[in-house]
Amino acid sequence: MPNYSWPPMDQRKVMGKRISRTDGVVKASGRAKYASDLNRPGMLYAALLSCPYAHAKVRSVDTAEASKMPGVKAIRVVSPAGTEIQWAMTEVAVVAAETEAQAKDAVRKIKVDYEVLTDHVVEDVEVAKVGARAKPSGEQVTGDVDAAFKESDVVSEGWYGIPVLTHCCLEPHGQVIEWKGEKMEYWPSTQNVSGLAGDLGRSLQFPAANITVHMDHVGGGFGSKFNSDRWGMECAQLSKESGRPVKWFLDRAHEVVIAGVRPSAYAKIKLGAKKDGTILAWESESWASGGFAPSGMPPIPYVFGNPGSGIPNRRMKHLGVSLNTAPQRAWRAPNHPQASFLTCSALDDLAAKLNMDPLELFLKNLKYTPRPETYEKQFKKAAELAEWKKLWKPRGEQKGAIRRGLGIGINQWAGAGHASTCRVKIHPDSSVEVELGSQDLGVGTRTVIGQVAAETFGLPMSAIKVKIGENAYPSSGASGGSTTVGGVCSSTRKASVNALEKLYAAVAESLGAPADQLEAVDGRIQVKGNAAKAMPWKAACQKLGVNSITAEGENVPKQAAREGLNSAGAAGVQIADVTVDTETGVVKLNRLVAVQDCGLVVNPKLAESQVYGACIMSICGALMEERIMDEITGRVLNADMEFYKLAGIKDIGEIVVHMDIAPEHDKRGVIGLGEPPAVGGVAAIANAVSNAAGVRVPTVPATPDRVLNALARRNA
Amino acid sequence: MQAFEYASPATLKEALSLLGTKWGEADVLAGGTDLISLMKDYVHTPKRVVNIKGLKELGGISKTAAGLRIGAAATVDELLSSPLVRTEYPSLVQAARGITSPQIRNMGTVGGDLCQRPRCWYFRQGYGLLGMKDGMSLVEKGENKYHAIFSSGPAKFVSPSSFGPALIALGAKVKLASASGTREVEAAKFFVAPTSADARETALLPNEILTEIVIPAAAGVKNATYEVRHKEALDWPLATASVALKMKGASVGSAHVVLGHVAPTPYVAAEAAKMLEGKSITEDVAEQAGAAAVAAARPLSDNAYKVQLAKVAVKRALLAAAGKA
Amino acid sequence: MSFEQDPDVQKKGFSRRGLLKGIGVTSGVGLLEKGAEAQTTANVQGPGEVPITLNLNGKPVKVAVEPRTTLLDALRDKLDMTGAKRVCDRGTCGACTVIVDGKAMYACTMLAIDAQGRKIRTIESLAAGANPHPMVKAFVNHDAQQCGYCTPGFVMAATNFVERSATASLTEDQVKDGLGGNLCRCGTYMGIRKAVVEAAKEMKGARNA
Repeated sequence: MPNYSWPPMDQRKVMGKRISRTDGVVKASGRAKYASDLNRPGMLYAALLSCPYAHAKVRSVDTAEASKMPGVKAIRVVSPAGTEIQWAMTEVAVVAAETEAQAKDAVRKIKVDYEVLTDHVVEDVEVAKVGARAKPSGEQVTGDVDAAFKESDVVSEGWYGIPVLTHCCLEPHGQVIEWKGEKMEYWPSTQNVSGLAGDLGRSLQFPAANITVHMDHVGGGFGSKFNSDRWGMECAQLSKESGRPVKWFLDRAHEVVIAGVRPSAYAKIKLGAKKDGTILAWESESWASGGFAPSGMPPIPYVFGNPGSGIPNRRMKHLGVSLNTAPQRAWRAPNHPQASFLTCSALDDLAAKLNMDPLELFLKNLKYTPRPETYEKQFKKAAELAEWKKLWKPRGEQKGAIRRGLGIGINQWAGAGHASTCRVKIHPDSSVEVELGSQDLGVGTRTVIGQVAAETFGLPMSAIKVKIGENAYPSSGASGGSTTVGGVCSSTRKASVNALEKLYAAVAESLGAPADQLEAVDGRIQVKGNAAKAMPWKAACQKLGVNSITAEGENVPKQAAREGLNSAGAAGVQIADVTVDTETGVVKLNRLVAVQDCGLVVNPKLAESQVYGACIMSICGALMEERIMDEITGRVLNADMEFYKLAGIKDIGEIVVHMDIAPEHDKRGVIGLGEPPAVGGVAAIANAVSNAAGVRVPTVPATPDRVLNALARRNA
Repeated sequence: MQAFEYASPATLKEALSLLGTKWGEADVLAGGTDLISLMKDYVHTPKRVVNIKGLKELGGISKTAAGLRIGAAATVDELLSSPLVRTEYPSLVQAARGITSPQIRNMGTVGGDLCQRPRCWYFRQGYGLLGMKDGMSLVEKGENKYHAIFSSGPAKFVSPSSFGPALIALGAKVKLASASGTREVEAAKFFVAPTSADARETALLPNEILTEIVIPAAAGVKNATYEVRHKEALDWPLATASVALKMKGASVGSAHVVLGHVAPTPYVAAEAAKMLEGKSITEDVAEQAGAAAVAAARPLSDNAYKVQLAKVAVKRALLAAAGKA
Repeated sequence: MSFEQDPDVQKKGFSRRGLLKGIGVTSGVGLLEKGAEAQTTANVQGPGEVPITLNLNGKPVKVAVEPRTTLLDALRDKLDMTGAKRVCDRGTCGACTVIVDGKAMYACTMLAIDAQGRKIRTIESLAAGANPHPMVKAFVNHDAQQCGYCTPGFVMAATNFVERSATASLTEDQVKDGLGGNLCRCGTYMGIRKAVVEAAKEMKGARNA
């Protein structure tokens, strides 16, 4: 069997280098074509009519007048008479017309009669108010919790909450579909190029083999774009009925409301500890909602609840809350940011109660985590970068109006590579093609694939043509769970090595050495270690005659750890430094330090971008964004980008990223990096705010009203 | 957006002749930063849009005998680049800087800032200017953290104007033209708290166009605006205060204190102004003025925090005006 | 009916139907009730499609639009210039930023018919390929993009900011003030700050040279 293992760290020439993303210019110059940018000949535009009520029954849908409107070519009723609608902005009917304006005009002529049901529940911050919508989902007990609390010198209690967020992808969900008889062309905005034809085919009872999926670029997904969705299915039907290509992308309001949300998490947490900070007991009552289907318990106690070695005595009760709101979708590290926030907040409050430096308290309890040594090293590095010793002051010690505070957050994530098959072609003209049915969610998938292939072939990046974004290419997993880079790099490595073996076989005779004694370096095929017995890459390829080499390589998750190309298990910590204006409640982020372990780093420049982005997303979650529901109308009040607040370029302070690139991590192979740094930032910032304000601000985002209310409660 | 006919008149006279007599017939387009969104959301469905942006009569910023004349169609960017404004009216400059999007500053006009509609989410979602459903105030019963803390009538939205408070504090007047003539209205009277959903939040009539703003010379008048902002990027302030102080030596001769984003109109805090008379601005005096300014506040269920913000805004605006920030 | 046979299908933006319907520069008589009208010679157009000419990236471009069509939708749907993106569609996020008469503006919040007679520059006017515009190049150098959907808008806002700045040596703080009208969801601001500082040196340097 060929040796697939990564070249030694110190011998890599392309991998591990700060190479700019290869599709950078085409994207930054606006030339890149996203699915939403496509204009097909004869294309129709779809517009959606949705239900304004959070709970209603459809009595009738009358499309007669709409169908006579100018330009209308097809109308689909998505929620026919009898449908019970469980959240506002549920799709009711969709119109395809010559222009978008005509489609929207026609939508306004559709008459829907609803039986409005007024029993909707849309808010879960106060669990007492949701009544029977909260359903117990089990109790977990470990050890003797009551005894442990008795044994504790200090008991700290608090309650914490993190609301529903919406993905708010900048490119909305949607697609262009052209259904022509037995064939269908499908241009979606997706995280799942290889899987989408099967998904759409299943819902349409149409052979997936006849669906061609194309997607060169996707404008954000964050976990919300794995499926073809109702809009995919109905777009296909509109195309079938009109005989025309149809474009349907959600408008911003629908994108914010129905195209994916992250579940909330609330918890009352009680911690018992010894005077020295050693935690003995954890008790929590949590609740969460991700829409009409209740959401499960976040993994608390987070990190410190490691199976087998975590906090020894714990009792957790959870309630899943069903709301009349649109369903949750996966969000960058599902349930981890919530769990990290709940856990780190409780630990921080315990430290305050003990009059202890929270950094010491976290360090003291690292034995409960899966990787005590790694976290210890990371905390020390982060503390150094955040100037913890110089800047940290005990909670409540500051008296001025403007106060500075520091706080800690922690993360863990698996991130092993997903199943992926890569096909490599070496052509007699010396060109190389690398094909995968993968996608670039923004991490730079094309670039890292190219780096791996170039490294393996001893060629420059420019010699490799990377082709992704078509389901005609070999299947690769969906981009979720930080699995893509590990998956595609491993399959590309294996396919490239396999292709190279074939090339060696073709040139071995000419070089007068057995194929297994050859290597590819610096644009040559040569006898190992002997540049004198070499043949330029081009000449080697000419030996192929008229036949190209085609070779495949597969990353099989179960085998991956054994092969060493990729593995699971990232760890990281974050320290936030904020200033709180206690007169206005306005919080400014001064600095967010992220120390992240991530195994073998294929491209430090792109890896750092992931961490920067994750930190900024955390800043948004900690200080700005929240879905705001109206109890009376049952509607989302901030279904826009004006009051659904995202940080701008001036709102983020400084971000310091330390990638823990070291031989001991490198040998673990590639580990995904999209999610882990998106986990601990909210916790770190929330703790920093409480440290500065001198009082726990129990729910995030720490907006001026929440900060001032917390201060007022303390002073009351 | 509902289809409309589009008029691009060459003169103010023509423009006025193209307006309707009732609201909803014709809308006036200048910078468009509010109107286009209102039309996209079907909050406004005019039959005609009259573009006044290019009208010469409405442009420019100049010094006149009466003070500073700002054409209603002058953009926020033009205002910021005007040396005339920069030297005498820091409160306008600070208010303009609070519009943190260069694109909005480049498009949006000063007149448009005064005429823009409230951002109240119930209004924008189609529940009318007062945000009512089945005879009930959604604002009072629902989510009101960005709403008014001063309101005696049914309107609970906040005036979104950035310049209104500063202009009132500076004693500005606005000119409103119609086919039958021109009238001049004090800035303070331009803003009106509507008592019905059909009413509007300014004195402007459907057949009128706001043509210019005239601000008295402010040499020797210390003035400043302070905005409490959640975000630095484009965002609405949570509360603002504009102050103008006519000094008598080291102490205040007369003062104007006007709050923004706290009431359906800019809120004139007469008590605060009165208590400042004869005092020199110290941290304590500024603090007391802030307290006086919000003494009559009646917050809704979720916005008591805005009382504090308004108080602090007044304090900080006064200290800034006095050069003590 | 397949779309090849459909008589309504014409090349987008130049449909015969649209042109016939839209031509009609009427003379002050329109949709408003009588009494609201006065004698005037003002141009009143629409509500159907109206032929307009846009000065786009230095070239006159003819297109037929309804008065309600935004500049952004005209660019994207009628002219296949899709570098400007439609994201918030309410003048908040900046993904649609174009430069009009030398100033950055939101194309989603401007009517195409109102953009007549003004010099419009879109992202397509910036060089791409092997020798990209300095701002594009700097965005790539500093990896100031991830999904890339906000990026063309940022590049245009940043280009205009630098062009209107007095100096070539911008600080990151100045850049923060200059780009308050754009939003990114992936979180690329750190790279953008550095990119704009770097691009300013090259853009201004080139001008001075």
